[in-house]
Amino acid sequence: MTTVDASLPQPVQRPASDSENYLTHAHGFLSWAFTLDHKRIGVMYLASTLAAFLLGGMLAMLIRTELLTPGQTVMDADTYNNVFTLHGAVLIFLFLIPVIPAALGNFVLPMMLGAKDVAFPRMNLLSYWIYATGAIMLLGVLLTGGLDTGWTFYTPYSTTTNTSVGLAMLAVFVLGFGNIFTGVNFITTIHKLRAPGQTWSKLPLFIWAQYATSVIQILATPVLGITVLLIFVERTMGIGIFDPNLGGDPVLFQHFFWFYSHPAVYIMVLPAMGVISELIATFSRKPIFGYKAIAGSSLAIAIIGFFVWGHHMFTSGQSTLAGTIFSFLTYAVAIPSAIKVFNWVATMYKGSIRLDAPMIYALSFLWLFGIGGLTGLFLGNLGVDLHLHDTYFVVAHFHYVMVGGTLAAFLGGLHFWWPKMFGRMYNEKLARVAALMVFVGFNLTFFVQFIAGTKGMPRRYFNYLPEFTIYHQISSIGAFLTGLAFFVILYYLVVSLIKGRPAPANPWGAASLDWQTTSPPHPHNFTSDPVLIGPYEYSALMWNEEIGGYVLRPEVAARAGHGQEAQA
Amino acid sequence: MNHGAGAAPELHHEERPELQPHFETPEQQFESGKFGMWVFLATEILLFGGLFCAYAVYRALHPEVFVYASLFLDRVLGGINTLVLICSSLTMALGVRAAQLGQRRLLIAMLSVTLLGGAGFLGIKYVEYEHKWKAGLLWGTQYRSQADGHALEHGEPGTHGTDAASHDGSAPPEPPAPAADPRAALPPAAAAALPPSVPIPEGRTFGDGENASLLPPAAIGPTGMRAPEPPPAAGEQLERRIRHEPRNVHLFFGIYFVMTGLHALHVIVGMALIGYVLFRSLRGDFGPRYFTPVDIVGLYWHLVDLIWIFLFPLLYLIE
Amino acid sequence: MSSEHSAAPAAPEVHVVPIRVLVGVWLALIVLTVLTVAASWVDFGHLVGEPWLNLVGALTIAVVKGSLVALYFMHLRYENPFHGFILVTALAFVGLLIGIAMIDVQATRPDLIPNYAPALETPASPTDLPPAP
Repeated sequence: MTTVDASLPQPVQRPASDSENYLTHAHGFLSWAFTLDHKRIGVMYLASTLAAFLLGGMLAMLIRTELLTPGQTVMDADTYNNVFTLHGAVLIFLFLIPVIPAALGNFVLPMMLGAKDVAFPRMNLLSYWIYATGAIMLLGVLLTGGLDTGWTFYTPYSTTTNTSVGLAMLAVFVLGFGNIFTGVNFITTIHKLRAPGQTWSKLPLFIWAQYATSVIQILATPVLGITVLLIFVERTMGIGIFDPNLGGDPVLFQHFFWFYSHPAVYIMVLPAMGVISELIATFSRKPIFGYKAIAGSSLAIAIIGFFVWGHHMFTSGQSTLAGTIFSFLTYAVAIPSAIKVFNWVATMYKGSIRLDAPMIYALSFLWLFGIGGLTGLFLGNLGVDLHLHDTYFVVAHFHYVMVGGTLAAFLGGLHFWWPKMFGRMYNEKLARVAALMVFVGFNLTFFVQFIAGTKGMPRRYFNYLPEFTIYHQISSIGAFLTGLAFFVILYYLVVSLIKGRPAPANPWGAASLDWQTTSPPHPHNFTSDPVLIGPYEYSALMWNEEIGGYVLRPEVAARAGHGQEAQA
Repeated sequence: MNHGAGAAPELHHEERPELQPHFETPEQQFESGKFGMWVFLATEILLFGGLFCAYAVYRALHPEVFVYASLFLDRVLGGINTLVLICSSLTMALGVRAAQLGQRRLLIAMLSVTLLGGAGFLGIKYVEYEHKWKAGLLWGTQYRSQADGHALEHGEPGTHGTDAASHDGSAPPEPPAPAADPRAALPPAAAAALPPSVPIPEGRTFGDGENASLLPPAAIGPTGMRAPEPPPAAGEQLERRIRHEPRNVHLFFGIYFVMTGLHALHVIVGMALIGYVLFRSLRGDFGPRYFTPVDIVGLYWHLVDLIWIFLFPLLYLIE
Repeated sequence: MSSEHSAAPAAPEVHVVPIRVLVGVWLALIVLTVLTVAASWVDFGHLVGEPWLNLVGALTIAVVKGSLVALYFMHLRYENPFHGFILVTALAFVGLLIGIAMIDVQATRPDLIPNYAPALETPASPTDLPPAP
């Protein structure tokens, strides 16, 4: 191993004192509640989304416990309806949609750009508190009559049921505002706050994915807003736009809802794809293959994703013409997704792959998202969908995409950036075991649901025929295993905060700019201007035994030049 | 927009108290603000876009409802309101110009006039809402059938080209009252099959006795077979059109109230923002070097105007 | 996408719109508003036998008015073209929502379904009305 010439400029490896990092430079509740620092806001989002994940996961365990036996096991049918609705609503609106953009994205996006903060820090803080308000309102639904419509809130049931749909609609509206603010902030930041020389073609693919996500958030979320607002006035004032009793058209609701909610699937999965691009390149120690293709396919998914909403309505009395168009376009959206997968695989080819926990999650993403995406083609087929619609096949499909895709990528990203966020390394061995547990448990839970679905097990049912018992029991065992894995993860992450090994600035050898600052970062992100290298320019880095992490090669730091005066 | 590292950012921060620390230059801050506002305006357009979609769908499905409902909209009041908003948009644009040139007094005057314009718009809107409320021209379950011509007696319809406000002095119209139950006209079995929430406008049953039905007859004879009638006089023609009420007119008023209501909400928010900017300009915050808030609030106000420019012909000028 | 990088000068000057232009645009808006209201009393569409022309005419005037507001009052004509791109994108996606929803609705019009009671209440023009009861 080469030793570092101390006379050459090097990024600072540890803050000179603890008071210099963003976690410790100010103390007390108020210093967090009113912080404008994107890193602290990211951490607050992380804590809140993880709390939502815990709640949603608990509800999932309740669902799987109930389905262990046919008929009533632990709860009655109405309770079951409430539980699965809240499971969906909490995990989608409070966890999957905000988790990668608002938690991980908020933390790393400005640093990746070489900026001091996002463009509108106050709006960023506001978006967090709006999210918190919306989350409390959604939880308030639990206390004020529950919610039994399914997370899709289909009319006319949602306008007539006496559960707490009105409050839930307001909660979704408020949460949408939080999303919009995050989207506006990220788009503006990416356009206007890149460091000098950080051009579009030098942006990490995570940024491209975030950009595409923000575009969807901007264009789709308002339509959800007006939709839930219409349901709200329908329930409070009887406005009748979606009420067939008053001449309204409930199918119009489905158009509105899926105009948002199909692109929302991409709000969940695009940032996940961005994380995967970072992970696979870093842990293969090889520049990403097909940078432009991956960046372009993010935007293509964002745009084409808007053209396919009708594939949720094949059985809703949609016209054959519209159905055919939507079926065709659904196939089209598979193309950019496949481009990404091929590029990731090509990146790994002949790379020197290191199977650390983040990479295990990235590989499970490839597997799970592959299955989820390919089964999506079955459902996008007009004829096959008539058979599979509203069965467990659909449930398995979207869990493979959302949980297998987004959750795996989030966990990978969380492990990847954990040292940067908190300055501590976690227990790598336990992390690998947990990652494998998640993978095995997840497949056990949902793969059998494909089979149950093709055999006709309908989704959202409290009861089932005895021949489905074995599928449900395997599924429940897998769910419990996955649940256990999350507690293992929680355990070693908490332990790492207390007695984890201090993290170097760049433990993984990643090349994006966020790894050039200290771990945890300075409140202003960079104490000196970062040395501008390509986001996948791993040749600019070398291992330093003394630090236990990667540093810039001396000649690269010298070439960059502007670090010199700052260090002198 | 990237600015070179040679721009000596520290100098800017010392000179410019309004420059936030994470921006390098005032230009970057100004451009980021405007860029962000435009992105936000895109979300506003999509928010209204959903309502425009509902409008288009129902207009395509039930053109007769829209034509009928247009009899009760006052295009003169609507037109005046359009002019009021356009004028306030001009004063806002002049205000931005005054801010750019550092003409503080003119800026304050222009913002005040714009605020007045917004208030005037809401006032006229209130007059329209009040008439609709009294005539029962409301949404969904609150709608009161117009087939008895009661709105006509109060001079409600705007198609005369007269001001709908002209009925002042006459007795105030009745508040919406439940119409006589049309279920009485139906055979008991048919009436029982209908949930009570289904409103049946008066005079909307076909046939009588055991043959009575809510469904209209399958077709009427081709109009070409009928002997041509001389066109009736204008007043009589209007009365006949009003008495000939189609089903589900409340759908139009549902859309009307949601669209204009959401727009009015935006006018109120815009007025609050203008008030804030007015307060800051009274404090002397703005000058040729820093006027971003005025510019951004101006963009919002123009968008409110822009949306009304499309709402007006779609809601008022139906024929 | 990268238009703002290519040609724009390093420190773009803020464009002050001349009063003449602002007032001219305002006058045009007033005239167009009066025109569109006045035109609504003259049933052009029925005169030439194409009732939809009224809607097209009114919307064309609205588009012209909207463009004037966006180009001059909102400074789109003078500023970063990307702002205009954002506006056009938003409008395009509204068009997408309306367009596809309308394709579906047109194909499932209830009055095209056999045995479904058609909407016959209001004839196309007032002179076709059946005699008042």
